[in-house]
Amino acid sequence: MNPNLKFLIGLTAWLVVQPALAALNIFACEPEWGALAKELAGDKASVYVATTALQDPHRIEARPSLIARARTADLVVCTGAELEIGWMPLVQTQSGNSRIQAGQPGYFEATRQLTLIEIPQQLDRSLGDIHAAGNPHVHLDPSNIARVAAALAERMVQLDPGETVQYRARAKAFLERWRQASTRWEKVGAPLKGLPIVVHHKNMSYLVRWLGMREVGTLEPKPGLPPTATHMSELLASLARDPAKAVVRAAYNEPRAAEWLSERAKIPAVTLPFTVGGSERAKDLFDLFDDTLSRLLAVQK
Amino acid sequence: MFKRKLIALAVALAFPGAALAQDADLAKIREEIRQLRGTYDQRIQVLEQRLKEAEANAGKAERSAAKAEPAATGTTARSGESAFNPAISLILQGTYANTSQDPNTFQITGFVPSGGEVGPPKRSFGLGETELTISGNIDPYFRGQLTVALTPENEAEIEEAYFQTLALGRGFSLKGGRFLSSIGYLNDIHQHAWDFQDAPLPYKAFLGNQLKEDGIQLKWVAPTPIFFELGAEVSSGSQFPGSDQNKNGAGGGTIFGHAGGDIGPSYAWRAGLSYLRTSPLNRAYEDMDSVGGAVTNSFTGKARMWIADAVLKWAPNGNASRTNFKLQGEYFRFTQDGALTYNDTGGSAVFGAVTDSFNTDQSGWYAQGVWQFIPRWRVGYRYDQLRFETVSNGIVNNALGPTAADFPVLASHNPTRNTAMLDWSPSEFSRLRLQFASDNSRIGATDRQVILQYIYSLGAHAAHKF
Repeated sequence: MNPNLKFLIGLTAWLVVQPALAALNIFACEPEWGALAKELAGDKASVYVATTALQDPHRIEARPSLIARARTADLVVCTGAELEIGWMPLVQTQSGNSRIQAGQPGYFEATRQLTLIEIPQQLDRSLGDIHAAGNPHVHLDPSNIARVAAALAERMVQLDPGETVQYRARAKAFLERWRQASTRWEKVGAPLKGLPIVVHHKNMSYLVRWLGMREVGTLEPKPGLPPTATHMSELLASLARDPAKAVVRAAYNEPRAAEWLSERAKIPAVTLPFTVGGSERAKDLFDLFDDTLSRLLAVQK
Repeated sequence: MFKRKLIALAVALAFPGAALAQDADLAKIREEIRQLRGTYDQRIQVLEQRLKEAEANAGKAERSAAKAEPAATGTTARSGESAFNPAISLILQGTYANTSQDPNTFQITGFVPSGGEVGPPKRSFGLGETELTISGNIDPYFRGQLTVALTPENEAEIEEAYFQTLALGRGFSLKGGRFLSSIGYLNDIHQHAWDFQDAPLPYKAFLGNQLKEDGIQLKWVAPTPIFFELGAEVSSGSQFPGSDQNKNGAGGGTIFGHAGGDIGPSYAWRAGLSYLRTSPLNRAYEDMDSVGGAVTNSFTGKARMWIADAVLKWAPNGNASRTNFKLQGEYFRFTQDGALTYNDTGGSAVFGAVTDSFNTDQSGWYAQGVWQFIPRWRVGYRYDQLRFETVSNGIVNNALGPTAADFPVLASHNPTRNTAMLDWSPSEFSRLRLQFASDNSRIGATDRQVILQYIYSLGAHAAHKF
């Protein structure tokens, strides 16, 4: 056989084999999307999570380790809706990675798959650090996770078509388990309907809506501004008229404001893991919701 | 017709005599009324049914409109000429300064003046530079950015106007136009984002505050878990320590490398090494001779600079919202080799134009720490040191006429400065700073400075540079 032809055949064979050996490098902006990516891709992907449950995603800087990891990422999974606007665009332009720029299939925003709530009627910084597209803290509603999971699985198929069968099968299995778990959570969480709570930041809105709870106040005077003494006194006064049963904060929020209010208003202070890794128990998305519900139900007792 | 019947009925009733004869009429009228009522009843029923259906449809329409609304309003105005508007942000700054020495007499003795606006702010109230930044994606391949500084003297200075590639891939990115060089650590950070009101002494003495280049920059990020980046710039070399060279090819260039990473969840670091080389041609500065006459000195030769930089940031578990700490320092070595021309024809006119060799080998460094101790409040301290080391002035050494006293700016001196600051940031977009400094840049005079500064940003959200 012509040696050139042999070489060409060998090269083609090598190229055909390549996709089957490739693993998807996933860069997740927040732990909830990292956990979701792991559920959907299993061992077909290596997942790097840029932030932890103890970090406020608004305050992250485009530090060198993020740029280095984004450099080799095939797929970036972020929340979007300007949650990461302070750092992700800089990470994208500094990384030298053309696949993860805005508009490319390698850049996936969870909020683009959903309908957001609390869209501001008026966009003005005097109202605090608000997000134009709506409340971006979408992951504490199981139906949102399901919708994002379906879209994310299809994006993985688009980027790594060699593993289509595996991604679709894992997505189907995950969504089935998720559906059963969601039904169970709704039953377990039924006693929480109508529970009035104070939250630290407006990052619990989707959880409140899903469980039918009622948010009666926030520790922050306006979104993104730290709690102040004046505002806390006003909040305490308003709770006398419209009481709350608990003050709820995420694991990354500072504890002092919640403890102060808890003492003065004589209501329990609840710390929710908020995302995967925020507590000992919340090791994956299923445990996250289990732990969140059990901590909230403890208030009822 | 109905009315007429009614009137007929009334008339008939009014005349009871005709009652019997009207009975048949009455019966007929009653029958007609019943029929009419039936017809109207039927019509009312039909109308009620239609109303119910219409209301139900309106309810459905409302719900789907409510659902559609978020999707529609969630995005910005989707049509018209302004649909693709770039991101625009504006920085407003100003100062109130109290300085014990006259800011107009500021000099860094021992070092060739760098020509930048390196002095302290004017006394009393003063406007700082107002910065307008406009940026956006041009197409899938490029993005662009403009930063124009509007000075209090009513000049518009282009700080940066560049394009940057998006699609080269493989870790490469190319930038071209006018941009802040990526040497060192502080050089490519805009002044309003600094932790102090002014630049460290080495930046003032060796780079005229910040080096801006007209040229191109190529950066490459290595595909390693530890951040490693290499870059090179070629430029016209027209900014200090270069000059307007009016020659073909690149007048100056830099190469640099940075490495960085995380140490556990709480620490992040970056360190780098940079090298700058340029060939100034007739780079001039003004000075005074020993009797106070004006002198113009101009240097032609080669200038080289090495910068080593390091920054370490700490926040508990990496969450910088409540408390955080930042430590940074840079070391500079600056050498020049060439010829200096002393020209007093515009002043005392004693020696005219005298030229001889001129070599300098000088260094400087600074270290600063900034600590956010509670949300919104930060405190910082900085120490600057410049070392005169060697300035070999052939005109003086070879006794060509002018003596060392005719080069007052180059008198042997090791400037130092201590700066402390406290700043309060009510939000991410506003900052008020109080800064104290004890500045020994001038030989024989210590300038005690108290500066109050405000920095406000409005418009698009700025990037959190590391």
